[in-house]
This record gives sequence, structure tokens and C-alpha cells, in this order.
Amino acid sequence: MYSQGLIGADGRSDETPEFLAAFQARVDAEEKIEPNDDMPEGYRRTLVRQIGQHAHSEIVGMLPEGNWITRAPSLRRKAALLAKVQDEGGHGLYLYSAAETLGVTREQMTEELLDGRAKYSSIFNYPTLSWADIGTIGWLVDGAAIMNQIPLCRCSYGPYARAMIRVCKEESFHQRQGYEIVMKLAQGTPEQKAMAQDALNRWWWPSIMMFGPHDADSQHSDQSMAWKIKRFTNDELRQKFIDATVPQAEYLGLTLPDPDLKWNEEKGGYDHGPINWDEFWSVVKGHGPMARDRIKARRKAWDDGAWVREAALAHAEKRKVRREAAPLAAE
Amino acid sequence: MALFDALLELADDHLVLGHRVSEWCGHAPMLEEDLAMPNMALDVIGTARNLYDYAGKVEGKGRDEDDLAYLRGEREYRNLLLVERPNEDFAHTMLRQLYFAAFMHPYWTAALESPDETVRGIAGKAVKEMAYHIRHTGEWVIRLGDGTEESARRMRDAVTALAIYVDELFEEGAGEGLDALPDRAALRPEWEATIKRIFDEAGLEQVTSPFPQSGGRDGRHGEGLGHMLAEMQSVHRAHPGATW
Ligand SMILES: [Fe+2]
Ligand SMILES: [Fe+2]
Ligand SMILES: [Fe+2]
Repeated sequence: MYSQGLIGADGRSDETPEFLAAFQARVDAEEKIEPNDDMPEGYRRTLVRQIGQHAHSEIVGMLPEGNWITRAPSLRRKAALLAKVQDEGGHGLYLYSAAETLGVTREQMTEELLDGRAKYSSIFNYPTLSWADIGTIGWLVDGAAIMNQIPLCRCSYGPYARAMIRVCKEESFHQRQGYEIVMKLAQGTPEQKAMAQDALNRWWWPSIMMFGPHDADSQHSDQSMAWKIKRFTNDELRQKFIDATVPQAEYLGLTLPDPDLKWNEEKGGYDHGPINWDEFWSVVKGHGPMARDRIKARRKAWDDGAWVREAALAHAEKRKVRREAAPLAAE
Repeated sequence: MALFDALLELADDHLVLGHRVSEWCGHAPMLEEDLAMPNMALDVIGTARNLYDYAGKVEGKGRDEDDLAYLRGEREYRNLLLVERPNEDFAHTMLRQLYFAAFMHPYWTAALESPDETVRGIAGKAVKEMAYHIRHTGEWVIRLGDGTEESARRMRDAVTALAIYVDELFEEGAGEGLDALPDRAALRPEWEATIKRIFDEAGLEQVTSPFPQSGGRDGRHGEGLGHMLAEMQSVHRAHPGATW
């Protein structure tokens, strides 16, 4: 039984082996689990954590790209970047709604993000230092997100799967748009080409780290695979991403910053050099170059906006009172 | 060149306002506004692009939207002082947008009758957007005016701060006497009526300033615009002739 470790995990007496087996059978039959269905507490908690992290990543991810909206080098690019960053906010909104179906509120999740309890993707703790970073993020980071998220469209939890279908469509549009920005630079002036190469040098390794630790070192994987929250392992997804990206870089005439990258005929994929896991863990644990600034910016927006949210609530309350009083006054 | 100049004034209004609103992206008081503000920014930047594009054609010297937006300095920008005002807080931002939209909605409505086909096309798209901006920002002005003591105070502060920039909306500028574009002064009663309707619900008083400011149309701006343009134009100007 996959979930023995979680029996009684939250003091729930009804998570008998029979209950867990029946749940697993539904998952195995590819039935979608819906918000009002019985589910193991461990399943619920895993999803809350994963969907919450995903939502936070979309929201924090608005910051590095938002950093270039006011400097986009043409009006067409400015509009496209604004629309992209807005899409990411929309993804955050669907994902918070999906998580809310599991009994947490957006406010709770926001508090957890701001006080550092909740995590978000390590990639957004790197700074965006040139216009080329905007193209490179679209190409690599949205590209990596798609690899991760396409299988999530078949996730066993219905609301998450449905949110992902909508999100994935937009992410692939972002990926194509990002690639097109880099292409323009790669075919541009020597300075533009150098800018593109520099961005690739900085974003390549963090992008392939986005898939998480190697399978052998990944904690939550087995149970998530059994529950069909996850469909592929970290290493499988990373491999797919690398195999898709190498020819794209070649086409652009840019060099991926990994001297060990080479085609392995036998496995039908690329081998890559060693990943700097010290850097990965340090960034995941909140020591990335921009980690403090990102949370500070989110906290500032939240704190500065408190009076607006309070006013909206107060107004709604006053309106309700006035509406209820109106018919009485008329009598 | 009167039409070129008038189109440029309008285009600058829209771009500068859109840029200001876009500065909020990722920093809004709530996620819903992180979606709504980029929407409004996209609307007005879209209109700016259409106007620059047409202005470039009218001028006939081969300047495109980016030449006009990125290669003119602050003395050459002709936008209204209202739209360049800094975001300050959410109350100022909503009110600035409301004042602009409450003017542009009747403006574009009148422009639907323009003898100029391109102007009619631009107006057709913009008029619906401005109706939405009035609705969205008007609802916020009402919520904030009525909400808490703090929000009402901030709303009143915004009304006071922006009062000196209202009159400039109705100055004719380069479009004076042009058939292709509506007269601006004639739109004041409708603007006043829209603002009154919203302020009444918000519990706000309109303020008329005895010392209205103007000069934007002659490139006499506040100090903030130069910084805004320096930032906006930095990448474009660092790579002369590059395409993006
Ligand atoms: Fe996204
Ligand atoms: Fe995503
Ligand atoms: Fe995206």
C-alpha cells in the first residue's frame, strides 16, 4: 500500500487501509477527484502545498519580468510584456482558487508566503539584468514550466487539472514569444547578440534546476506519482526539457554554458554536466540573490494595499446595511 | 501639420498615462487589481500606438511609433500634466484614470462622427475601453470615498491634489478648428456630470482650483516626466538603429 505512512496522519480515524485502497482504486481508474469527495489527508495536504507553491511562483514571478515593463525597447514589446505579466497574475488567481477548494483561503496562503513558510520556484530569486533576460525567461523558464505542467493537466485532482489546461495554453504562447525575442537579439547587432548570450549563460543552470533534485534525492515523489498528482519524475522532465532546448539554442547560434552537454546515442537524449546542487539548495532555502527583495516587494504591496482592502470591505458592509434599511424606511 | 501635432498630443497623453499605470504591475493592493491595472494600461498604450502610427503617416517622413515614442525628449512631449502625475497611492491613481476616461469617453464618442476614417477606427475601439475605465475606476472612487476614514481622507487628498490639472483637459491645443477631431471645450458639461454622479455616491466634493496649471502641450512639464522618459527610452536609445 502506497500511503501507509500517512494512515492516521492527521488523527483521522477513518483512514483505514480499506479507505485508502478504495481511494487508490479511483485514482488508478483515472477518475477525477473533486472537492467534495473523500480524500486522504495526506493527498489534500500535498495538493495544498503544491498548488499553493505554484500560485506563489506565478505571483512572485511577476516581479523579475515586471522589472522591465517600463524599459521595454519598443511599444510592441512593452504591450506584450505587460500582457504576459498580467497572464501570470491570472495564473496565480486560478491556482489560488483551485487551492481554496481544498479548504485554505487566499489570505492564509498569502500570509504563509510573506512570512517565509511557503515556498515558490527558486528561479524567481535570480535578478533580471538586461532586456535579453525577458526573452530568455520566456523561452527557458516558461518552457520548463510547460514541461512540468502539461502532465499536470491530467492530475488526479479535478480543479488543479482544469486550471492547468488553461494555464498551459498561455505558457506555450509565452514560450514562443520569449524565443522570438531572443531570436531577434541573436540576429541583431553584435551588442544584442552578446546580450542574448549573457542572459543564456545566467539562466541556463537555474532553469534546469527548476525541475528539482535528482530522483534519488527527491522526498515526495513516490507518493505523488502513486496518487497521480505527478506523472513524470524530476529527471525525466529535465531530460525532456534539455532535449527540446538544445536544438533551439543551436538554431539561434547561441551556446549553452555546459561543456559536457553532448548527444548520447544509446539513451536517445543529451547528457549534461553536473548541476551545482549547493547553489540549488541555498536558493531553495531562501538565500538566492533576490530572495529578500522579492518578499520585501510582495510584503510592501500587501501592507501598502491594506487600507484599500479594508475600505472595500467597509464599503460593501455599509452598502449591505443601507440596502437592508431601505425597504424599512419606505414602509 | 495641425493634424500631426494634434495626434501627437493625444498619443502622448495615452502613452504617458499607460506607462504610469504599468508601474503598478506586480505591486497592486490585491491580485484582482494586478490584473485590472495592466488591462487599463494595455488599453491606453494600444490607443497610443494607433495614434503614433497614424501621426507618422500624416507627417510623411517615415517616422514610426517607436521613433515618435522613444526619440523625443521631455520638451518635445505634449501630454497633459494630469497624465504624468506620479502614482502616489491607489486613490490618486484611480482618480487620475477616472478624470482622463471621463474626458476621453465623450471625446471618442464625438470622434465616431469624424470625417477622418482612421480617427473613426481608433475612436471605435477606444470608446468602449473608456466606458470600462470609467466604470472600474468610478467604482473604486466610490468604495474609497465611502469606505473607511483613512480611505475617504486619501480620496479627498487626491481630489485636492489633482484639481489644478483639470482645466487643461479642456484646452483646445493643436486640434483647434480641425474637422477630424472633436472640440475639447464643448465636452466639459459631460465630464462634470460624470464626475458629479460618482462623487455624489462617494460622498466627495468637487474642488475647483483658482490656480489651474497648464503647459503640457508646449512641453512645459513637471520634473517627473523627464525621469519617466529617461527610464522608458534607456534601452531603445542605447542601441541606435537596432530592431527588437
Ligand atoms: Fe504562468
Ligand atoms: Fe506556471
Ligand atoms: Fe508564463
